[in-house]
Amino acid sequence: MRIFGLNRRIIRVLLGTQYAHMLEYRAEIALWALSGVLPFIMLSVWSGSEARTGLGLDGVALDRYFLSAFLVRQFTVVWVVYAFEEDALLGRLSPYLLQPLHPLWRYVAAHLGEQLTRLPFAVLIAAVFFGVQPQALWIPSPGEFLLAWLATWMAFAIAFLFQSLIAALCFWSEKASALERLQFIPFVFLSGLLAPLTAFPPEVRAFAQWTPFPYLIDFPARVLAGQPVNLMAGFGAQLAWIALLLPLVLLLWRAGVRRYSAMGA
Amino acid sequence: MRRYWHTLRRFWGTAVAVQLEYQANVLIELLAVAMSLSGSLFLLSLFYGPDQTLGGWSWAQALMVQGLYTVFDGMATTWLRPNLGAIVSHVREGTLDFVLLKPIDSQFWLSLRTLSPAGLPEIGLGVALLIWGSLQAGVMLTLPVLLTVLVMVLAGGVILYSLWFLIAATSIWFVKTWNATEVLRAVLAAGRYPLSAYPATLRLLFTFVLPVAFLTTVPAELLLGRVAAPMLLLGLALACGFFVSARAFWLFALRHYTSASS
Repeated sequence: MRIFGLNRRIIRVLLGTQYAHMLEYRAEIALWALSGVLPFIMLSVWSGSEARTGLGLDGVALDRYFLSAFLVRQFTVVWVVYAFEEDALLGRLSPYLLQPLHPLWRYVAAHLGEQLTRLPFAVLIAAVFFGVQPQALWIPSPGEFLLAWLATWMAFAIAFLFQSLIAALCFWSEKASALERLQFIPFVFLSGLLAPLTAFPPEVRAFAQWTPFPYLIDFPARVLAGQPVNLMAGFGAQLAWIALLLPLVLLLWRAGVRRYSAMGA
Repeated sequence: MRRYWHTLRRFWGTAVAVQLEYQANVLIELLAVAMSLSGSLFLLSLFYGPDQTLGGWSWAQALMVQGLYTVFDGMATTWLRPNLGAIVSHVREGTLDFVLLKPIDSQFWLSLRTLSPAGLPEIGLGVALLIWGSLQAGVMLTLPVLLTVLVMVLAGGVILYSLWFLIAATSIWFVKTWNATEVLRAVLAAGRYPLSAYPATLRLLFTFVLPVAFLTTVPAELLLGRVAAPMLLLGLALACGFFVSARAFWLFALRHYTSASS
């Protein structure tokens, strides 16, 4: 039986091949993991600053928040628009479209394979962090950990769907990937990667709550760091964004494939 | 020397002509720069409440640091990324052979072949921010100070170029680590804030190993008239040291170059 074109065998083969593929590029992925050090730089600025008291994160809570933000970011990095653009440009998309499997599943598997390859490097960086800041070490309870894992996966789903939407626009315009660059800027500043949302003035925070960005980093990071957080509201918002984006992506994709005429045609 | 100058003019002339074919990109680039600068200023403002400072720097003084950072970021977009980013694809596709065969220095060719005007608005905005911050901070500019600042900014540019080139040159051995310069870029973001905002160990790192301090903090301190001569000499020495290392490393790397698929 196949659900959305998938059955257990297809899932196993897709994940297995993509993981093997990503393992070949482990040096590259290690560097990508390392290039996510920005939360640590911001942590060092925040912890010495006079504005720190306004954050509501005292003692080790700030260390834990930024480490969690780093980890959540590691497992929500999405690059589907670049992979899709290359596949479309080189004509690899055409055979994918002929297969009885939605091409997006292939990208999902590639991302999961990459996350699995990234895992040891992310753990290593976290271990170095705890070596420098031993007092910040904490082990979330299994329940908290599961919730954080779920929140991170939902964040990944939102990011993936959002970028797939941009990727689907590539069917119409070659400039679509510039949109990805433009949306990345508010993401960086509003997601909580550089400053916890509690640092924002109330109006900005209220505005940010209506964008998908805080649910990509701030919410999962707070769950992981064991901060008091409104779980119902957070998961509710994440679900709402997925429910909004999923049909849009599918519709736009279907319309785009109808327009698609392969490169050089 | 004249031949190099002549070649350089041709390189940049053609590069600009190519870029003018893609005018929509200019608009996108302007929008991206405006968004990202306002984001940075917003982030910086979070550190400032009523009578708060960041590492002893007032808001106006921190704006000067931010302005200098924006200038260097624009420089990276205009010059470093299009040129040094292409080294790895030359290595991977074997086109480095053609570069090496040309009767011109290969490092010169690889470092200055093209120019992307996309970063120019960013440089302009950075300079404007620097001037605005300086006026607010009450900087009294004299000619000797201005000249010293220009020399230090130039030294900062040389440091940035040399570091970037050193890392890009390692692709002769490790083609797969093409994104190593992304790590450098991530760490360079530390230059957005004054050096004294960081804890002591990071200050050492940002002064000697990855000398971000000399890009932004030192020129700003110079304008504010509170930097000592040893720091300037150290900056110049580091700039020379990094440049000589980059050159030596490139010559060393070329001896190990075996061309693609061999």
